[in-house]
Amino acid sequence: MKNDPVPLPLRFSPVGECALLVELGDEILLDTCRQVWGLDRQMRQEPLRGVDFWVPAYTSLLVHYDPCVVTPAQVRSWIEASSHGKQLSSADQPNRVVIPVRYGGESGPDLDSVAKAHDLTPAQVVEKHTQPVYRVGMMGFMPGFAYLMGLDPVLATPRRDTPRTFVPAGSVGIASNQTGVYPLESPGGWQIIGRTELSLFNPSKQAPFLLSPGDEVQFVALKDGAVL
Amino acid sequence: MSLYVEDAALIMSVQDAGRTGYQRFGMPVSGPMDWRAHRSANLLAGNSGGSACIEIGFSSCQVIIERDTLLSVCGAGFNLSVNGRELPMWTAAIAKSGDILRLEKIDGGSWVYLAVAGGFETPVWLDSRSVFPRAGLGHLLTAGERLPISVLSDQKRLLAGRSFPLTERPAYSQTPTISVIPGPHQDRFTAETFEAFFREEYRLSHQSDRMGYRLKGKPLAHKRGADLVSQGMALGQIQVPADGQPIVMMPDHPTTGGYTSIGTIARADLPLLAQAQPERSVIRFRRVDTTTAAQELLRINQSLSADIFSQEDSWMGL
Repeated sequence: MKNDPVPLPLRFSPVGECALLVELGDEILLDTCRQVWGLDRQMRQEPLRGVDFWVPAYTSLLVHYDPCVVTPAQVRSWIEASSHGKQLSSADQPNRVVIPVRYGGESGPDLDSVAKAHDLTPAQVVEKHTQPVYRVGMMGFMPGFAYLMGLDPVLATPRRDTPRTFVPAGSVGIASNQTGVYPLESPGGWQIIGRTELSLFNPSKQAPFLLSPGDEVQFVALKDGAVL
Repeated sequence: MSLYVEDAALIMSVQDAGRTGYQRFGMPVSGPMDWRAHRSANLLAGNSGGSACIEIGFSSCQVIIERDTLLSVCGAGFNLSVNGRELPMWTAAIAKSGDILRLEKIDGGSWVYLAVAGGFETPVWLDSRSVFPRAGLGHLLTAGERLPISVLSDQKRLLAGRSFPLTERPAYSQTPTISVIPGPHQDRFTAETFEAFFREEYRLSHQSDRMGYRLKGKPLAHKRGADLVSQGMALGQIQVPADGQPIVMMPDHPTTGGYTSIGTIARADLPLLAQAQPERSVIRFRRVDTTTAAQELLRINQSLSADIFSQEDSWMGL
């Protein structure tokens, strides 16, 4: 890089005396996400004593620290130093995760109604859902749940009028302009179009979480009778 | 060689200091509702502050000790008795194999912590023994279960009789005034809303659990709606959804959320809110800045690490 990168405009706000919110933007944009992931990567390379953990989100990071060990001013300087002089989004080399999905039938009880709502055939919904390479914008809501960016706007469908009391783990759903996979069985109102047998969260594994913030995700349709 | 659960409380689970490091994947921290009582119980039992205790909430329970141990119970809202004889909480005591320990729910709080010397060596998931049933990390304790207790050393035996002076316990109250650091979404509330928040009284709803405490009071009005782009959330953070009724994030809270927050409860005062009783306690808030809140937290932490115990000679054994 020949020209010096412009320092990121970071906004800091205290969230109590044990956490500091760093905001990099106000809108959900891939570019802002990439800056968040870049800052996250730099912070992980040179951690600060007294900072316990942090949570990257679409436009922000919430940094949790122990104020008996480190001051908020020190936390802030460390974050600024992590962002300065670095092309945060340029080192973006995402990991790609392929998720095989059985669409429709018992695995995806809402596939037909989603298709109907958009004047598509179920096969067209599957095609449009498996076409994009999604990005994990952030994780939250429940352990292992990834907010995926990149759903074809044609597939945007409101939540079900009546949420289900039981949605099995691995269910792939759509809710307005978002798509995602339920890591755990849970009640839920998303339109369920398919299911994967991969575990998104398995506490007994060395790497308990299938996905991480910033990962690329691609869904692949499994034919009936196919095995993983 | 264990502790036998004869009668389980409504919410009864093993909790250590919590599970940090997996929040970027959406894993809540968990850990104790009342961190001061939890840590105090451990220190009295001769453990490091973050060892695994049994957290007992909202209703009575009874356990049988099946191996001699040094134990302590800290918290509020319960009476402790052993073999039918009432005993003080916030004090370390020797329990003998066969002793029946009863915790009877009374007014004045919601949670207590039972610590034994050596801690409860229950299964570890993702570096922590804290139970989080929603993700399949353990389950709430039920009648008939046994938890292992380690052998009591002669050294630990000598710790019996130590007690927390009253001045070093949290100032639990049925009418607590709780310190709150405003923000981070100040610009989403009017000045009048802030005034109302720091003036009005709140009660805790029965729809409160280890994830969140729902407060009921005069609704708080927003500017430009209640929603925002999802971001990380902190323990004690006070979300205000569209209905204007605040929800305080407790240890099992989701790592991220999309509602505006009016403030965050100072860590030093979180135990006072945790011990509030649904529909009974009358809760008020006062404004504090981050520096003052951090100083108060430091003061408490120092007091918990220094040798602050008093010896109650009359209280050497059961």
